[in-house]
Amino acid sequence: MTDVAQIVADERLKKESFGARLMKRPELGAIAGVVLVTIFFLFTADSAMFTLSGIMNFMTPAAQLGILAIGAAMLMIGGEFDLSIGSMVAFAGLIFGSCVVTFGLPLLLAIPITFLFAALVGAVNGSIVLRTGLPSFIVTLAFLFVLRGVSLVGLKLATGGSTQLRGVRDAIEGDFLTPLFSGDAFSGVFAWLARIGVVETFKNGTPKVPGIPVEILWFIAIALAATYILLRTPYGNWIFAAGGDRNAASNSGVPVRRVKIALFMLTACCAALVAIITVMDSGSTDARRGFMKEFEAIIAAVIGGCLLTGGYGSAIGAFFGAIIFGMVVIGLSYTNFDQDWFQVFLGGMLLIAVLFNNYIRKRVTGER
Amino acid sequence: MGKPIIHMENIEKHFGNIIALAGVSFDVVPGECHCLLGDNGAGKSTFIKTMSGVHKPTKGSITLDGKPMNFDSPRDAMEAGIATVFQDLAMIPLMSVTRNFFMGREPTKGSGPFKRLDINTANEICVNSMREMGINLRGPDQAVGTLSGGERQTVAIARAVHFGAKVLILDEPTSALGVRQTSNVLATIDRVRKQGVGVVFITHNVRHSLAVGDRFTVLNRGKTLGTAARGEITAEELQDLMAGGQELASLEGSLGGTV
Ligand SMILES: Nc1ncnc2c1ncn2[C@@H]1O[C@H](COP(=O)(O)OP(=O)(O)OP(=O)(O)O)[C@@H](O)[C@H]1O
Ligand SMILES: [Mg+2]
Repeated sequence: MTDVAQIVADERLKKESFGARLMKRPELGAIAGVVLVTIFFLFTADSAMFTLSGIMNFMTPAAQLGILAIGAAMLMIGGEFDLSIGSMVAFAGLIFGSCVVTFGLPLLLAIPITFLFAALVGAVNGSIVLRTGLPSFIVTLAFLFVLRGVSLVGLKLATGGSTQLRGVRDAIEGDFLTPLFSGDAFSGVFAWLARIGVVETFKNGTPKVPGIPVEILWFIAIALAATYILLRTPYGNWIFAAGGDRNAASNSGVPVRRVKIALFMLTACCAALVAIITVMDSGSTDARRGFMKEFEAIIAAVIGGCLLTGGYGSAIGAFFGAIIFGMVVIGLSYTNFDQDWFQVFLGGMLLIAVLFNNYIRKRVTGER
Repeated sequence: MGKPIIHMENIEKHFGNIIALAGVSFDVVPGECHCLLGDNGAGKSTFIKTMSGVHKPTKGSITLDGKPMNFDSPRDAMEAGIATVFQDLAMIPLMSVTRNFFMGREPTKGSGPFKRLDINTANEICVNSMREMGINLRGPDQAVGTLSGGERQTVAIARAVHFGAKVLILDEPTSALGVRQTSNVLATIDRVRKQGVGVVFITHNVRHSLAVGDRFTVLNRGKTLGTAARGEITAEELQDLMAGGQELASLEGSLGGTV
């Protein structure tokens, strides 16, 4: 036998339709959500929303949230939560901002230092959860406040009383790493596309879309990498196992502690990446950075098919969950609806997603 | 009899103020099936868990191939060639049969950053191992949660047989199995024993233990009542020991001598 296809067909197996197989995929709900939201805005929103510049417009916030959501999703699949990622964005922003502004470090040092601090906090979070056996929900809730407070105090120390640290843009001007984390990529290609008339231009001839914002590329790259790890490597199997049943996984030889601590560190690093990108983008950092993002990220992960109990979910699902967010946040401004419907939408989506996931889980496990 | 692969000396295990094991000695030699018997709560599962790295013994020593061993995790024990079917099976319902089968020890192909799961090989080994145990899987990607109790138990046994290079520990592996699958498991024990693997077999069924056992150790209330070799003990005596244990042994001093 060299091929799975040769595994004899079993007469106790009904031929499963493509639809039925699709129903078992965790990301189905999020993809269906994207389709529904797209249809909704096609009817209600200004047609500008689905032009190239409109798409970049909603993909940018989607990407910033999505990087967090993919980290959160992997951690949730591994059976844990991290409520501190929003505050971690502020904390990492502070570390990064003071590295480049206060200490005048080049990005080559500032970026690794930021990731190092984030990973360290992630490891502390994880170690406390694993050592004490307390729910990660509570431990990271504590860090939600601790990190937010530290960011506030730290900002005041760094600036001499203000809660905003400015001057990042000047400090990173001309650094060779800057284009990796801020601005638009492929601007040459877009300029060329504009010349041959594929991309619309302003009156002075510059393209309306100067390139792809780098966070979108990071977002796509991270989604692909996370999916590859989850589905095609032993580590992915360990993550699903650790989240599915910690004891069973550990008894079967999965290094559960190592897996979970690595996931906490990864999630914190995702927050640090978002901090670096957004701080470089806005040229300053403040204590409200990443406020409430932990909830949005977890909601995006849940819309993406992650079970709150762990052991099930998908990074691609979180990817689409974040896109739904971006579409609705930005899309509402293209419609006549009040922007504040967003909150209602958020709650509604979460409820529908949880009900749907619950149903899917029962189907997958054959639970009755 | 050969030199033991694994030797457990005076193992004690306390959980807080609960004494689960109060000094149990036990060994397994290559090519034998050593049955571990005893009443519910006697400490059988706790004992084999110290052997497979789940619990650290409170006191006592473990020697593997003559060298003192100190397992920090089940992973360590597995790397030393000890595979276990736990009483609770250690399966993840949401994951597929193949992913459960190889959990923690996935086959890979490629190297460096391109090292990835070898799903085809994994599926193939999994389906073949299950077929050898007398179960034809519908598909290796079926979630374990949708398997029947016996099918699930068979996955756990097939997995342990596949990975148990030196010692195979089976904690009540036949409790949910049908007639055909049970005799398959007993035949498998016989087969791997002939390959030189040491088997530890926990069961409540005297007939099963007499069918494959070379030696029999009876536990009672965290202590051994003694070890008997095949032929030294009758089914009735074994049954009495397993059921009544200490009371019987102390009531009839003569019995204690024979075991
Ligand atoms: N983690 C634990 N904490 C506290 N007590 C425990 C723990 N594990 C086992 N025990 C106790 O140790 C004793 C032995 O349990 P064990 O599971 O080893 O029994 P057993 O011989 O396998 O029984 P059975 O035949 O029912 O499987 C029991 O009284 C049990 O309550
Ligand atoms: Mg037991």
